[in-house]
Amino acid sequence: MAQEASIDTPAGQDGEGVRRRDFINIAAVSAAGIGAVAVVYPLISQMAPSADVLAESSTEVDISAVQPGQAIKSIFRKQPVFIRNLTTVEIEEANKVDVSGLRDPQTLKERTKEGHENWLITMGVCTHLGCIPLGPFDGGTVVGEFGGYFCPCHGSHYDTAARIRKGPAPKNLHVPEYEFTSDTVVTIG
Amino acid sequence: MSFPWANEYKPSHPLMVWMDEKLPLPRLVYNAVGGGYEVPRNLNYFWNFGFLAGLCLVMQIVTGIVLAMHYGGDTRVAFNSTEHIMRDVNWGWLMRYAHANGASAFFVVIYLHIFRGFFYSSYKAPREMIWLIGVVIFLLMMATAFMGYVLPWGQMSYWGAQVITGLFSAIPLVGDAFREWLLGGFAPDNATLNRFFSLHFLLPFVILGVVILHVWALHIPGSSNPTGVEVKSESDTVPFYPYYIGKDGWTVALFMVLFGIAVFFMPNALGHPDNYVPANPMQTPAHIVPEWYFWPFYAILRAFTVDFLIVPAKLMGVLAMFSAILVWFFLPWLDRSPVRSGSYRPLYRKFFWFGLVPAMAVLFYCGGAPAEEPFVMLSQLASLYYFAHFLIIVPIVSSIERPDPLPFSITEAVLGADDKASLGGQG
Repeated sequence: MAQEASIDTPAGQDGEGVRRRDFINIAAVSAAGIGAVAVVYPLISQMAPSADVLAESSTEVDISAVQPGQAIKSIFRKQPVFIRNLTTVEIEEANKVDVSGLRDPQTLKERTKEGHENWLITMGVCTHLGCIPLGPFDGGTVVGEFGGYFCPCHGSHYDTAARIRKGPAPKNLHVPEYEFTSDTVVTIG
Repeated sequence: MSFPWANEYKPSHPLMVWMDEKLPLPRLVYNAVGGGYEVPRNLNYFWNFGFLAGLCLVMQIVTGIVLAMHYGGDTRVAFNSTEHIMRDVNWGWLMRYAHANGASAFFVVIYLHIFRGFFYSSYKAPREMIWLIGVVIFLLMMATAFMGYVLPWGQMSYWGAQVITGLFSAIPLVGDAFREWLLGGFAPDNATLNRFFSLHFLLPFVILGVVILHVWALHIPGSSNPTGVEVKSESDTVPFYPYYIGKDGWTVALFMVLFGIAVFFMPNALGHPDNYVPANPMQTPAHIVPEWYFWPFYAILRAFTVDFLIVPAKLMGVLAMFSAILVWFFLPWLDRSPVRSGSYRPLYRKFFWFGLVPAMAVLFYCGGAPAEEPFVMLSQLASLYYFAHFLIIVPIVSSIERPDPLPFSITEAVLGADDKASLGGQG
């Protein structure tokens, strides 16, 4: 016992203060802790989107054939994206709305690009639980109570600025990053 | 717990004696599910569902391992390999139908097992731990079943995955990032399918481990019984083998008849035709419904259609859905009645049969119905009642109720008087 104490403690401080063994304990536990984090981090991170999935995150769409009142579905990140050519009536309807009363207050102007206010480009993914809303695609007539889009899964209604107006969805249809590369070509992502 | 009068394991064959010294596994089995486990003599048929649940788990693992030998967890081949199992693999159709209907059978059995617990208050001290572990098993089962349903990569698989993982995006701030991590992409895709396959293979073995804990915890106080009166003497119990092994064998046979009818004559009755259409990320089916065993919770999810203060409707729905199961964890402490069995609790019994059961039935029905009136309103009322049952009715009833007189002992409940116990022993 006495011999052990002489190894563990500085001379003359038997059982008092910081022992060498404490340092070794803390160092060992810390090293093991850092090691555990170093092992767990890749194990968790491997589940995040991989490089090839992220590489698919840009897409070009030719919109020259979309007439006012029509809409098309394109694919961005393996999800549908809605590209809609709004009529002047639809634009007026969207601008008439008192924004402050909306669940997710945004104006049509904030949701479109300057000089291209008739082009409403949004993800085609309902912000509730991810279904694809219905709209004026291929002559479709189901547009919901507010003339925009309607999600049949749980009954969310979007208006002509693709803003949530009625139903369980918490947000407006998401506007992805995009730019007009020319008057007829849009690059999304 | 082994009661003092429980039979002791006595190996007679020299090999078994040798085995008992080196690794007393046969002794463990004997004491767990053999002649060494003393069980109340008055168990009714509601006590058979635990054994049946164990059978379902084994059946799912066996058929599942077989299916994994022929299935490909890749979006390009998943759907076709499922059809390959159905058409080309020897007995593949049987394995897949048994596995798919086996999941439904498992949930039927487990719901009855849980309702037994509700009625007879199996969750009460000293059996809280068995109950808590049981709720964990149920949660693991739900996760396993959900991921299994994604594997055939049909339309319902895909959109089910989309909707259910969408629940997690309701988490404030980190929701979307968490969902992307869960999916390994921005929408369900190959990464998602692959990890679901991996986890779907793993989780049943996790369940098996937790089931062993469940049975271990059960053996400390011993099984409850329909009177709720604890075992007092030797005349109150019979050994698990042969008495309850025999009775369980009989219900296994009954179960197999019903299961056989489902597998051989109506294998798709509980499925969705949409899942025989390959997954298409560009087209949502008109009516997305989960498998029937998720309906009550799906109905609760959809019951929340308006924002509550600063909490959006979507988050409310998700919280309510998870709370609907998490509330079970608190049941041992919400129910303060000293009497266990619903048979001796006149008021509780009324609320059970005319409150909780109809509310669950309504939720079941509405969860499978389209999201429109009157189903939304019905789910709202039933959800309200569901939570009121656990959080308000059970605590209040347990404090104001005047229970019926309890029998002195299990033996008295069975034979009318305890002094006839010796007769029962001979009979």
